[in-house]
Amino acid sequence: MRRRFEAVKVNPKRFHLNQIPFLLIVLPIAFLMMLPLVYIFNHAFKPYDELVEFPPKFLARRPTLDNFVELFRATTTTGIPVSRYLFNSILITLIVVVVSIFISSLTGYALSKMKFHIKGVLAEINTIAMMFVGTAVAIPRYVIIEKLGLINNFLVHIVPFLAVPVGMFLIKQFIDQIPNELIEAAKMDGANHFMIYRKVILPLIKPAISTIAILSFQSVWNNADVSATYINSDSLKTFAYYMSTLSSVSNPIAGIGMSAAASLIMFVPNLAFFIILQSQVMSTMAHSGIK
Amino acid sequence: MNRVMTKVKGFFRKEKLAFQKDDKSAYLFSLPYVLVFIIFIIVPIFLAILLATTSFDMVNFPDFIGFDNFVYLFTADSEFMRTILPNTIKFAILIGPGGYILSFLMAWCLAQLPHKLRTVLAVILYTPSLTAGITMAVVWKVFFAGDESGYLNHLLLEMGLIVEPIAFLQSPDYLFPIMVIVTLWGSMGVGFLAMLAGILNVPRELYEAAYIDGMKSRFQEIVYITIPSMKPQMLFGAVMAIVNAFSTGAIGVQLSGANPTPNYAGSLIVNHVDDFGFIRYDMGYAAALSVVLLIIIYLFSKLAYRLFGERD
Repeated sequence: MRRRFEAVKVNPKRFHLNQIPFLLIVLPIAFLMMLPLVYIFNHAFKPYDELVEFPPKFLARRPTLDNFVELFRATTTTGIPVSRYLFNSILITLIVVVVSIFISSLTGYALSKMKFHIKGVLAEINTIAMMFVGTAVAIPRYVIIEKLGLINNFLVHIVPFLAVPVGMFLIKQFIDQIPNELIEAAKMDGANHFMIYRKVILPLIKPAISTIAILSFQSVWNNADVSATYINSDSLKTFAYYMSTLSSVSNPIAGIGMSAAASLIMFVPNLAFFIILQSQVMSTMAHSGIK
Repeated sequence: MNRVMTKVKGFFRKEKLAFQKDDKSAYLFSLPYVLVFIIFIIVPIFLAILLATTSFDMVNFPDFIGFDNFVYLFTADSEFMRTILPNTIKFAILIGPGGYILSFLMAWCLAQLPHKLRTVLAVILYTPSLTAGITMAVVWKVFFAGDESGYLNHLLLEMGLIVEPIAFLQSPDYLFPIMVIVTLWGSMGVGFLAMLAGILNVPRELYEAAYIDGMKSRFQEIVYITIPSMKPQMLFGAVMAIVNAFSTGAIGVQLSGANPTPNYAGSLIVNHVDDFGFIRYDMGYAAALSVVLLIIIYLFSKLAYRLFGERD
């Protein structure tokens, strides 16, 4: 009898020798996954001669901050400092993440728990649209943005990205699992819908919110397409766009160091944001005391 | 005619009654999302379908030409039928289910490890998906560079496996496999994370009960307990896998630095849309291509729902 129960090994408390086969599967893949990241970190701190060195070496031997200094001293041909691009990127990302979470969770609540006769239809349309990747509708979207007068407007970075069907889908899935009694009880105590949303719903759907935050942070922070397609003024473009110009064919030599430093600056906020939120994502409903 | 009118009237009366019973704040709550959703997602999809039946160069008003674009697409656009459509399907199958299975396998293996070790490894596996797009194209370009300064070429030369460097990214033979490797490498994203959370949250008692009932192997455990108890996460993972399979299509162009890619070897429908829409300004044809892409995505998502959707 005892032997059988030993087979339940998911989420073990401590390390045990019988976990080694799993490590043997995961470790080689994890090693491969890490290589390009090690490369990004090392490359950013390499002095110029090591960057262009032949044969190429993976690790930096004499790390230096020159690339970063050069990057921040450099201004583009139009006289815009790099910090301006960074500021744009940070502002855009912040607004999109906060606002998109806010409006999709409000909608998720309305579609999941309120008396709302078209909610089934709306949810259905959302699920179908979820798969329709932005790139497939790039042309008509361009036409619409042009007609709305959003070309070369700062808002074009923000408004089209506020509705994230995948996010709404996930949040609604989570709210569906919250028992109705909880909401009824809050109503008895005299809470209105917004109070229920803020005090009952929001705290319970933290894992979903963290997941969506990571998703939309990544899609906005790494987005260079919007700047390339819809923006003409350099002062309104993003850091991701600036980075893509550094590595372009026009200045392959001078840009190497700056491009390496910029890659790292692009990457680190992604990683930090993810590490902060990942434990939230992992703690699902079971831990939030509902199930 | 009259019967239609009464039906329409009846529909409106019913809608009105239903509306009066509705919670009015529901409309207020969902308004911002629904507005943005309609303008930037629903309207473009309908416009794409409309534009697909026209000839449109962005300057003159679109000309209605019926199904000419589609006829051309399936009969005269030789690149489309010969390379682009097969490429897209092949890429989607390798990246969608491929990335999905890889994510599940990794998540399952990680779930067998203790908490701290698991967290570190999960972060490592996840990080490539953080860097999707620009950053990665830069790194992989250096890795696969066509001359001796490329890491892979250098390594192969050093080991004596090749005598002269291979132009990996410009070669029709190598570009597609490289695209698949690079995309799979970055495919363990939020879907992977959700699946890991799902596996960790399967109630222990289920396993214990199943072993008492005569379950014998860990493989049976996955098939009969793990997957059925985490269907929402499996569905979410599948959705993310599909999104990933179709949204990373630009990678071929980023790697080779040219659209169309050499011999169209790495071109997918997405790149073809860009090529016609933003390089040749043939918007009508580009829209027709988008519609075909939408249909393909729709079929894939139907399949995902059949497999993991919850019927209630």
